[in-house]
Amino acid sequence: MNTLTVSVVTPDGPVLEDSFEMVSCKAESGELGILPGHIPLVAPLSISSVRLKGENAERIAVSGGFLEVRPDKVTILAQSAERPGEIDVERARRAKERAERRLQAKQDEMDFRRAELALKRAINRLDVVENK
Amino acid sequence: MASLRDIKTRINSTQKTKQITKAMHMVSASKLSKAEEFAKSFDPYSSKIKEVVASIAGSGKDAEHPMLQEREVKKTAYFVITSDRGLAGAFNSGILREVYRTIQERHQSQDEYTVITVGRIGRDFFKKRGMPIAKEITGLDDQPNFADIKDLTSETVQLYIDEEIDELVIFYNHFISAISQKVTQKKLLPLTDLEEEASGSSSMYEYEPNQQEILNVLLPQYAESLIFGALLDSKASEHASRMTAMKSATDNADDLISDLSLQYNRARQAAITQEITEIVGGAAALE
Repeated sequence: MNTLTVSVVTPDGPVLEDSFEMVSCKAESGELGILPGHIPLVAPLSISSVRLKGENAERIAVSGGFLEVRPDKVTILAQSAERPGEIDVERARRAKERAERRLQAKQDEMDFRRAELALKRAINRLDVVENK
Repeated sequence: MASLRDIKTRINSTQKTKQITKAMHMVSASKLSKAEEFAKSFDPYSSKIKEVVASIAGSGKDAEHPMLQEREVKKTAYFVITSDRGLAGAFNSGILREVYRTIQERHQSQDEYTVITVGRIGRDFFKKRGMPIAKEITGLDDQPNFADIKDLTSETVQLYIDEEIDELVIFYNHFISAISQKVTQKKLLPLTDLEEEASGSSSMYEYEPNQQEILNVLLPQYAESLIFGALLDSKASEHASRMTAMKSATDNADDLISDLSLQYNRARQAAITQEITEIVGGAAALE
């Protein structure tokens, strides 16, 4: 079966580089599935998990990322990207509670949006850990 | 001439100082190699994001975004990267002098500029002079993660998007080699030099959903990555600069100790000679 090289890169260094059969992820505009031979594409990713399918399948929690596709290579650039084993579950849980509390308190729109993003990130991390 | 005991005390205290500077030298040397490693691991991210941004900005005429366009400058923000601690030679003073001079030259009133500082030394410098500080961060790790400064960078970029500031200039020490760092001034926002860099990349992309949306997401991230890159660069410079400063302090202590030992031995010999003369004189008087 054809494979494509996937590399996940963050500002703190490369997270992963390996070959997979398919990349399935959630872009801002909807779900995307990338198979080998895809046309060159750039798309921003929402805070979500990227599923890499193949022999050694992986799930990665990304936030603030985008996807660059070339026919034989997919690069995911993200401000943070973690494998299930690297996620600090306790911290994510605390972040989730904190964000929920903040969302309930009344405050201006800016803080609200930030709390919302924080909540999304925390839920995403927990989700990746639970469904690995 | 100073007494024997005075000289001995000075030698001892110099020796202790030397031990400290020597230890700091070695600590900085190991931190420097780590910082260089960090800067290296950031490289793939920065070059890739630059490539993609440049190819989008360079490809379409319809790629327009406020972050790419120059507008009339009513307020400039200076992003100044210093260290938390001193004893790093000219690392902080060089950069602060340069920023201060630039501000004095370019602005008449405090409404025209604001300062964003990284590091305690920079914050204290501007605070003491009563200059406006928009944002600050202190106590950063020696090997900062992107998550540590994410808030600061995204708030800074947000200031520009909200048109609170119309220009962002960054000042930091660029790391050239272990013995040479250069104070560097770079205009970060608006991003104007993208087209020149785009010349090399020829790949054409499909954009999902469209160029405009991608630029909205990508440009802030790109600007943030530039700030983070400058910070890593500056950290490497800080350790290199501290290393050099401590090296020369250790060398100076060595010189001082050898001078003092010479003095000490002279004084000791003089004392012995004097004692002998006194004994001989006393014996001669008895005969």
